Parts: sequence; structure tokens; C-alpha cells
Amino acid sequence: MAPRLRIKDHIRESRTFNERAAIALAVVVVLIFIILARLVYLQIISHDHYTTLAEDNRVNIVPIPPTRGLIYDRNGTILAQNLPAFSLELVPERITDVEATVQALSEIIEITEDHRKRFKKQLRQKSAFRSIPLRTHLNDVEVARFAANRHRFPGVEIEARLVRDYPYGHLTAHVIGYVGRININELKRIDTSNYSATHHIGKLGVEKFYEDLLHGTVGFKSIETNVVGRTIRTLEQTPPLPGHDLHLTLDIELQKAASDALKEYRGALVAIDPRNGEVLAMVSTPSYDPNPFVVGIDSKSYRALQNDIDKPLFNRTLKGQYPPGSTIKPLVGLAGLESGKATLHDSTFCPGWFSLKGDDHKYRDWKKTGHGVTSLEKAIVESCDVYFYNLSLQLGIDAMSDYLSHFGLGKKTGIDLPGELSGILPSSHWKRQKKGLPWYTGETLISGIGQGYNLTTPLQLASATATLASRGLHSTPRIVKAFGAGAGSEPMPAALDQHDRHNIASDEHWEYMVTTMVKVVHSIRGTARSIGHDIPFKIAGKTGTAQVFGIKQDEQYVEEDIAERLRDHALFIAFAPADKPKIAIAVIVENGGSGGATAAPIARKVIDHYMASKPSS
Amino acid sequence: MMKVKNKDYTQWGERRQSRMFTRGLHLDIPLLLGIIMLSAVGLAILYSASGQSDAVITRQLMRLGIAFAVMFVVAQIPPHHIQLWAPWAFGLGLLLLATVLVMGDEGKGAQRWLDLGLFRFQPSEIMKLAVPIMVAWYLADNPTPPSLKSIFIACLLIIVPVVLIAKQPDLGTSILIASSGAFVLLLSGIRWKHIAIFTALIATSAPLLWYNLHAYQKARVMTFLNPENDPLGAGYHIIQSKIAIGSGGTYGKGWLNGTQSHLEFLPERTTDFIFSVFSEEFGFIGIICLLALYLFIVVRGLYIATQAQSTFTRLLGGSLILTFFVYTFVNIGMVTGLLPVVGLPLPLISYGGTSMVTMMAGFGVLMSIHTHRRLLSN
Repeated sequence: MAPRLRIKDHIRESRTFNERAAIALAVVVVLIFIILARLVYLQIISHDHYTTLAEDNRVNIVPIPPTRGLIYDRNGTILAQNLPAFSLELVPERITDVEATVQALSEIIEITEDHRKRFKKQLRQKSAFRSIPLRTHLNDVEVARFAANRHRFPGVEIEARLVRDYPYGHLTAHVIGYVGRININELKRIDTSNYSATHHIGKLGVEKFYEDLLHGTVGFKSIETNVVGRTIRTLEQTPPLPGHDLHLTLDIELQKAASDALKEYRGALVAIDPRNGEVLAMVSTPSYDPNPFVVGIDSKSYRALQNDIDKPLFNRTLKGQYPPGSTIKPLVGLAGLESGKATLHDSTFCPGWFSLKGDDHKYRDWKKTGHGVTSLEKAIVESCDVYFYNLSLQLGIDAMSDYLSHFGLGKKTGIDLPGELSGILPSSHWKRQKKGLPWYTGETLISGIGQGYNLTTPLQLASATATLASRGLHSTPRIVKAFGAGAGSEPMPAALDQHDRHNIASDEHWEYMVTTMVKVVHSIRGTARSIGHDIPFKIAGKTGTAQVFGIKQDEQYVEEDIAERLRDHALFIAFAPADKPKIAIAVIVENGGSGGATAAPIARKVIDHYMASKPSS
Repeated sequence: MMKVKNKDYTQWGERRQSRMFTRGLHLDIPLLLGIIMLSAVGLAILYSASGQSDAVITRQLMRLGIAFAVMFVVAQIPPHHIQLWAPWAFGLGLLLLATVLVMGDEGKGAQRWLDLGLFRFQPSEIMKLAVPIMVAWYLADNPTPPSLKSIFIACLLIIVPVVLIAKQPDLGTSILIASSGAFVLLLSGIRWKHIAIFTALIATSAPLLWYNLHAYQKARVMTFLNPENDPLGAGYHIIQSKIAIGSGGTYGKGWLNGTQSHLEFLPERTTDFIFSVFSEEFGFIGIICLLALYLFIVVRGLYIATQAQSTFTRLLGGSLILTFFVYTFVNIGMVTGLLPVVGLPLPLISYGGTSMVTMMAGFGVLMSIHTHRRLLSN
């Protein structure tokens, strides 16, 4: 098309516009006729049909909430239950002045600013004909006071509802999580029909992960109403289907023992049954009480929790990523044995430092004077760094990384809990991808002792320990053992346990490594010898100490705390009994100093408790 | 004027004087009458739907007062000022939309509201006016019919705010704003060939859109196709609405006598579903009158647009009045089960403030367009 000179032609533009306006008007008229046609159909042709329906329309359908499934520990102790509580609920559509009604209600029932705020938020989110709770947990006096004033408040009702309760509070908060009011984002995800009578939804932990099983299916009842809309009788009822009960692998007594052992520290402990991956205890300290979150925690307490320097809301077991330190050495040792880069008898001389050819940087051992002639066994029992500098140099970062990945490092374990982080298992490929930089040999050395880029979660570490304990059997960690199929019937196993035996080491090497780890605890030179006495069975373990590289610049610490919070993290992994392990543990104590002194005694307490009780398997 | 003979001058002198008076106030009497009549009908039906609540009526009267005041103020602004401010208003609106989106991400779920302390408002309300103003501003500077490039840029001006609002997510409003922008394009004389291409594009992208809808939005469409599937959720609204309308019949059950609405079977009967109450009580005859009133306002609005003297005012006026009709059509279509439930109020009748103020501001613009015309002496 030849370029045309385009200039404004006002008369033509006006004419075009008038044409278009005329067309628009024609469309408007057509659409109005479509509406009229529809109304002719509804009001004239189907009038009789709808008149019949209107007369029958004395029946209201009311949803009945299902009872949320209960949560038990492995021995049948109840961890999450539903307690009846009275709540004050308003149906905005039936109230002419909501603001004034709330004000009037506050004169007979205590209603705080937080209650009002939460109510207003829901008022905006929900349809006007759904009831919205203003206050929960009314006491008897308040219920009675409202009953006496009820005539003043059309559209306001007291409802007896079941409210979620966690009898063990702090102890289970990080595992079970809690339920809370459904927010607008969740509203988009859920089936609104099934949740039409439900106010709460799982927000964290087991409550969130198993929301679909726990919730159940809504029921309905048809209610006949009279001319003024009062209920006359219930016509028919479809009872709701309660949610499934969950039976956890957790042992609440063991959980308590672990929590008590850790309670002075910030840290985490995960105990796994290495035979099947069942998580026996999972503790992150400090913790918090989940119960206020169910009814809606007041903003002041919530801020206090959020701003707490010890981060009680932070689930260290799943989200805490720590350098594994020397606890990684048995795995690196196995990598050496399997690849032939290390043998059972070869030794390395440890003068207290190591350096690379052509580089005068000294990579130090934790023991300044050195360990002298060091075999693999000695290197693990006494935790010699120089031996592993040398071994990792022989292996190379990528072979080492490959081998360690068999133990699940650097990837999520796949536990049935939300929010797990994957840690980091560095390799040259990883560094190129994430940082865009080449790998340096010096980094291989510090990777070999679990420092540098290495990061693991306590759960990962426990899972790797379980794999070690079971001589290569890898089971995905599980928190739910079984779910109840209904009242009276046997619980059904939650999922097929995922076992996966890797041929990652020969029997000879497995036994060698286990024996060596036993010496960490039970030999006179072992780094965890302090816990190796007065015990009828053998514990295999490995201590670790992870450097804290510094505090973030945007964090402010009280001066006297600085020293404490710059101290190393103490780690310990262990399993027992060494010959037929029933429990595998990983402990991390933040700024706990040395693994042997701080972390190992905690693991011992938990192992003692577990072996003393007669655990059902 | 010089040619006018004395006799003629005195003959229409009185009429001119009264016209001068309303012109001085910048009000368009026919449009104003239509709006007032519709608001009066609205108040009457709201009184019934709210269960004869004086409090509701008082509050609605206050809102109407504010809305009329806004309309009056806007009508005083000469259209060329609006044209001057167009890019600024549009930019501000975009900024506020982005703010809302970011704040919604941070905190308590998706929020459409911006809290200004004294009152809350939805930035998407600004866009209801800012988008047609901006598109008209853009197209008015170029010769019409617009070139493909102009169409493309105009589409961008429409799509960006529409996507931001759809993300909130507020499907109803984003549809309205998209159509207000599209009307400007259509009225500008965009070629039929281009219209065909765009229609084809939209038709082919429909399946794509479907996959990008939220689960609850898909559910709404599915419920619309088969309301009985979900008798407790969205389907409940439609079923009850159809019963209310159908049982109204030809003559209706009479004012204050609608059983369905008064027995509280009809949800949201003062807001989105107020048309059902009207249909139940006034029947088919009442609806014909109501639709005639709406049609009258639309015709008057289009007439004002055709009399406008610049491309900008023509396009803007036409778009505003057609969007008003879309509002009406979508709401009635929704409550009669012709369209999915997207949650739009019935203009000037439903209970509620924010969108009414915006709508009246739009009428203010129309009146401004009509009363600020320069008297041409050929």
C-alpha cells in the first residue's frame, strides 16, 4: 500500500462516529430485547414452574461442618483434638447496622480491638449471608448474658463449635503446626462448597500437609422455615463425613525427653527409626504455643514472637540450614574407601596443617600440634581435618559430591511436612550455575570437612545418619504412620514405606565405618567419649563443630550476646545399638561450642530414653 | 446573531434564558432527570429489599448525595482540562494499582483496597474513568480511523491496567474496564477488517485464558453452565434468583410483597441481586419500564456524544455511556442466568457507594461535554 498522507478530517471523523454510535445503539437495543426475551421465558412461560418452586421454597439448606480428624502419636496419645467452645457469630446480611451491633455487644461481652479487626477483615472477605465469628471461647457467664439480651440482636447467634486444641502446645508446634482462620488466598484454592461451614484450615505442619484427609466432607440439612423465616423442623439431613484421624510416627514421650534435653539451647534434634524412616522425635527449640493461633493470636503477642531474637517460630528441623562440619567425615571416608582413594591401612601425616602445592596458604587442623601419623580410623575417632583435606583432594569435589548425594544431602528428603529446605551439596557444576564462578581446589578441602558451601538441615542429617545406620537402606522420612478409616475400624497404613537400598558400599566397608564410629563414643581417644560409659549397648556417633562465619550486618545483637552468638555450632550424629540400630539421631546446638561436649550428651539422653522404653514398632 | 430578526429573538428568548441557566450550572436536564428517576426507583426497591430498613435508606441517600455532588463538581470541569490531565490521571492510577498489588502480596492476602485513613477506596475505580479518558486522549491526537500501530498502543493502554486488576483478582471490574477501552477504539472508526482480526485473536486466545483462570473462576463458569451442581455455593444464588424472578410473573407480587426476598432465600438481595427483588415485586411490566428508563439514559448519552465537538469528547462520551450499559446488561444477565456471576452491581439501584460515585463522575463528564460546547456561529 502506498503511503498516504493522513490528516485529520473533522467532518469525516464526525460522520464515522455517528455511524458507529448508531451501530452501538442498535446493539444496545438488541441486547435489551435479549433480556426481555429471557424474562418472557422466566416470568411468563415458566411462571407456573417458578411459582411452585417459590411456594416450596420454605426449605433452607444449611451446611454442617465435618469434625476434623484427630492426631495421635505412635502410642495412641492424643496430640490434636477438638474441644467444644461457644462462639458469638454474626450474619451481616440480617443486621442493619453491623457497627452499632458490635458496639452494643461489646457492652455485655468483652470484645477487644483485635477481635474487631479480625471480624472486619472477614467481613470484607466473606459473603454477607455467611456467619462470621466475632468472639470465640465464650464462658458460661457470657453465654448467659447474651441469652438474656438476645432479642436485641437479630442476626447474632451463639454457636457451639468445636475448636482445635493442642494439649502438648510447645512440644508439638513445629511438627503438627496449627489451624487458623481461612484467608483470602486459601479461599481461592479450596472447594468453597466443602468448606462452607468450616472456618479453619491447616496452616503449617501436619495440619497443613494432610489438610485434605483431616478436613472431611461437609454435610447438609434441609430446614423448613415459616413465613417469617423461623426454623420449624429439620426435614432431611446428610451427615458430614468426619476427617480421617492421623497416627503419627512421633513418640510424644521421646519428643518430651528430647525437648527437655535441648531446652536450654537454640537448636534442633531429629530422631529416625533407620529401619523404616519413621520420625520418632523432631524438636526445634525454642518453640511456641500453637493454641492462640487457632482463635487468632493478638497482634502484640504475634509481634513479640516474630521479633524474638531466638526465632521461636522458625522450624529449625526443616528450614534451619547449617554446615554439617565433621559429621560429614564418615560419609567422605566411605567415598574414599569405595573409590579406592583411601584404604583401611594407609596413613597420612598430620603436622597440624595442610597446604596445596604452589600455595603457601595453610589449611589448619583443629588441633594445632597435629595428630601425627593418621589412618582413616584415627581420622574419624579423633576427627583429624588434615587427613580429610588430603582425601578430598584425592577424590575431587565432583566425585565426592556424587557420592554424598546417595545419602540425600543437597536435596529435600521428601518428608510429609510442608516447607522443607534442601540444603546445599556443592559441586563445580553447582557453583558455576549458582555463582557463575569456577571451582577452586581450596574449596574442595574445606568441603571435605563439611564447611565451605555445605549446608544441611537437621532432618537431612538425621536421614543420612539413618542410611548410614542401616548400611545403605534409604527410607524417605515419614511423620504419619497411618490414618484412621473411620470409627471402629483399624487404621490404614499411610503410604507404602519407600525403601531404597543403595549399593553404595561393600559390607566390609560398612562394618569398618560403623566400628570406627563406635570408637568415637567408646574408645579412650574418641571425641564423644564423655557419653560412652554406663551403657549396655554400643552407640556409633560422630561429633561436629561448625564455624559461624559472622553475623549479618542488619542484625543487631546486644553486646554481651555477641560472644555467645559467634560461638561455633555443636553437632552430633549417632545411632544405636550399633549392630542393630533402632534409632538414628542428629543434634544441632546453635552456638553450642564443641559437638562432643554439648550435642553428644543430648543425643545420649534421647537414646537412653528410647532404649529404656519398650517402643512399639 | 445579527441576522436574527427581532421577532424571532423575543420568541425563543425565554427558552434560551432557561437553557442559559442550566448551562451555567453545566447540567444536562434530560440526563439528570433520567438519573434521578432511576435513583428514586432504586431507593424504593432498596427499601423493600432491605426489609424496610430506614438505616439502609438513610445511608443510601447520603451516598447518593455525595455521588450527585461529585457529578456536579465534575460537570464544572471543561473537557479540555480533562484531556490535559489524562496521562497524569492514568499514570497515577497505574501507580496505585501496582501499590495495591505489592501490598496485597506482603500481607493479608489480595487486597483491592487502599486505606487512606479517612476512607478506603479501590484504585480500580479511578481506572474505570482513567482508561477510556487515556485511550480517547491518545486516539484523538491522531487522525481516525487509527492506524494499526495506534491500535496496538491503545490496546497496550487497556491491557496493562486490566491485567493488574484481574490479578487482584477482580474479574468483573477488569471486564468493564477492558470494554470501556474497547468502546473508544470501536467508536474511533477502527476498520472492520481490524475488528475481525481482533475478534479472531480473542477467540483463539480464549482456551489459553481458560487455563490461566483461578480454580474458583473456572468453578464459576462451570456453575453458570450447570447451577444445580453447586446448590450451596454460587449456584444457590442463581437458582434462588431465577425462582424470585420467575415467580414474579407478568404483574409482580407488588411492592414490599416479594416472598422470596423477604424470606431471606435470595442472597445479596440489596446489592448484586437487587434486580431479582425488583422483578419479583413489579413483574414483567415493571421491567419493561425499568429497561425503558435505562434505554432513555443510554440514548441521551449517545446523543450527547454525537453532538460533541472534538474527537476526544466524542470518543470519551460514547465510551462512558456504553460502559454504563454494559454494567446494566452484565448485572441483569447475571441474575437472570444469562451470564456467569461476576459480581457487578446494578448501576444506580444496588446498595453500595464506591462504584456509584465513579458512575456519577462519569455522568458528570458527559454533562461537562455537553454544556461546555462552544456556540458556533457558522
